[in-house]
Amino acid sequence: MAVLTLREALNQAMSEEMERDPSVFVMGEEVAEYNGAYKVTKGMLAKFGPMRVVDSPISEAGFCGLGVGAAMAGLRPVIEMMTWNFAIQAFDQIINHAAKMFFMSAGMYSVPMVIRGPHGAAHMLGAQHSQCVDHMLVNVPGMYVVSTIDPADAKGLMKAAIRSNNPVCFLESEMMYGREGEVPDGEHIVPIGVGAIKREGTDVTIIAWNKMTLLAHEVAEALAEDGISVEILDPRTLQPLDEDLIFASVRKTHRLVIIEEGWGVSTIGTHIVDRVVKECFDELDAPPERVTNHFVPMHYNERLEHETLPNKERALAAVNRVLYRS
Amino acid sequence: MASVMEMPKLSDTMKEGVVGKWLKKEGEKVTAGSPVVEIETDKATMEFESPASGLLLKILVADSGTCDLGAPIAVIGKDGENWQEALNKHMEKKGSSAKAAAPKPGTPAKPAAPAKAATPAAKPAAPAKAATPAAKPAALTAPVASNERLKVSPLARRIAADKGIDLAHVPGTGPNGRIVLRDVEAIEPGQGTPRGAEATFGGFAAHALPEGGVERVPVTNMRKIIAQRLTESTQTNPAFYLTLSVNMGPLLAWRKQTLAKVSDDKKFSVNDILVFIAARALRKHPEVNASWQGDHIAKYHFVNMAVAVAVPAGLITPVVRNADTLTLPAIAAATKDLIKRARDGKLAPDEYQGGTFSISNLGMNGIEEFTSIINPPQAGILAIGATIPTPVVNPKGEIVVEERMRITMTCDHRVIDGAVGSEFLKTLKGYLEDPVSALFQV
Repeated sequence: MAVLTLREALNQAMSEEMERDPSVFVMGEEVAEYNGAYKVTKGMLAKFGPMRVVDSPISEAGFCGLGVGAAMAGLRPVIEMMTWNFAIQAFDQIINHAAKMFFMSAGMYSVPMVIRGPHGAAHMLGAQHSQCVDHMLVNVPGMYVVSTIDPADAKGLMKAAIRSNNPVCFLESEMMYGREGEVPDGEHIVPIGVGAIKREGTDVTIIAWNKMTLLAHEVAEALAEDGISVEILDPRTLQPLDEDLIFASVRKTHRLVIIEEGWGVSTIGTHIVDRVVKECFDELDAPPERVTNHFVPMHYNERLEHETLPNKERALAAVNRVLYRS
Repeated sequence: MASVMEMPKLSDTMKEGVVGKWLKKEGEKVTAGSPVVEIETDKATMEFESPASGLLLKILVADSGTCDLGAPIAVIGKDGENWQEALNKHMEKKGSSAKAAAPKPGTPAKPAAPAKAATPAAKPAAPAKAATPAAKPAALTAPVASNERLKVSPLARRIAADKGIDLAHVPGTGPNGRIVLRDVEAIEPGQGTPRGAEATFGGFAAHALPEGGVERVPVTNMRKIIAQRLTESTQTNPAFYLTLSVNMGPLLAWRKQTLAKVSDDKKFSVNDILVFIAARALRKHPEVNASWQGDHIAKYHFVNMAVAVAVPAGLITPVVRNADTLTLPAIAAATKDLIKRARDGKLAPDEYQGGTFSISNLGMNGIEEFTSIINPPQAGILAIGATIPTPVVNPKGEIVVEERMRITMTCDHRVIDGAVGSEFLKTLKGYLEDPVSALFQV
């Protein structure tokens, strides 16, 4: 067990998989010579050479399509998007080709491909560079969607993603690449589709993923002072969701708050609420609450950015509402 | 064409129907309007009449069987008719007419007439006994719960159901009075009051019982309703009590003389006289013959006197309707019939519902004086004690022995104030001590 940053954990996962399986390769903007825009691929060019760590032109649709073709031909590409904002350029490749190829070829071609990069707002990057697309990706059949900032989970999930025969969208966070955590050495796999209880509690379940888990912990700490026991559930995989874990937690605490970055319309949170209301109706003591971005394009202004994103004040208010605390 | 009999709703509190006993066997002849089955309601067993003449083709719910209200219980038709086919047709028709009856958006809801016309078989025959006198106001059979929908979190609703908690009595502390987990959590199964809460709640503490020497008697439907209604009464009525003593000497003497002269079928009891006289006193004081209705008080210009009767299963209060207009022999006859059928469990719901005032008499048991609990939504009840030779100081200052009877009236203070109740009792006492004045409503 070593203490690694998120970027080191991802790097370790990819490197170990490349050592294990010669069909795995990395491609993206600046991943090789520059060691990655956020240094996730640091040292990999030197280690694996230019055939397996490939700098691409600035054309997301182009190199993502190359990845789909390479995967169909038998390789296991890991495609880095500098951010998921830019991956929108490649949505035709991701949605129409990567996700559907297995179905449309009647199983002749699978696309064992990972598309990875930072997701959501970082800090003062403006409207076009601060958004979430996870809710769009989970709504496409044929694709897994993983989202994490936990170094250990990131390593385990990245290894599972690379070994998956389905395309996997892997969502990270620019602000969290330097976040440290203990990471198991060697063969550490976190299966896709399995969530985790990050903090055990009895009074209310907060579901959060990616960097919203940090906000959830902040809220839980604040409420612990009042004797409120918060359970934090990180689904880790957003498609498919670990519904059993969610239902079990809600059945235990009877109250649910979902903190999710991104606009609040037709999201993963709304889907979870739908499933919980259907499956746990008689267990609920309060209507589930969601905390999301305000429905505006992201402000560049720092204070407005803070107000737009889910923040501690709004998250605390939501938790207090489901607890009927005023 | 075959007719399908459905489980009728015979009382307002009836939730499901129990077939007591079939009076006819499958294949036997039945005639329209003649009793064919006994149906048990929560308070009584009633005979239910055949909607048609023919053969009882099929019994669908056997003796002692339970089913939902409106569910088919039998098929009646001609010899050789296929009962299954008739039942299928009936159910189909019922389904489609239910759809037809549903109000369409934008169109004002119409009276149920078209739906009824479409399903002649759906309501085969109201029992003859259910014919309601025009004077009976609908509001008298007051609902136990208020009209407002209870707001309860799904979890709290489930836990309340598990614990057997009646949510109508649980105060909700969530938004808009929503009952939430913490509100039902504090209440033990079957327990009356939440721990450390000031809230009222209609239940009873389950006490720890010693291991031996205790018999656990199951609670009958009637006992449950008695418990529920009287608990509701004591918890919602700001009740107070007025007692006075009446010289019954002249009245008893008159009764003795009169009974010697009348034929057996015209004989009457002291209780019948009390009903007769109290009804006339109530007519003079409609402010006492009244009911709290939340935002108004209903004053009745007729007197339906409920008479408490002990029956093997508990207590029931058959109602002598329009008692203020009946002759004494008519009251005696009606009461005798009601009491007999009450003891046999054969009262129809409208024979024990719709009272405007009550009388409870324990005098025959030697009870000198007691208080009664108001039977909601009525506002008053008279508790009649025994008539006992009592030394009294008369107006001349002499001690004389008189036949005295003590009457205690329980009054709902929301409706009856002390002075108003006293005025009524004064009239009642005057009538009892000088029965002739009752005849002239002095």
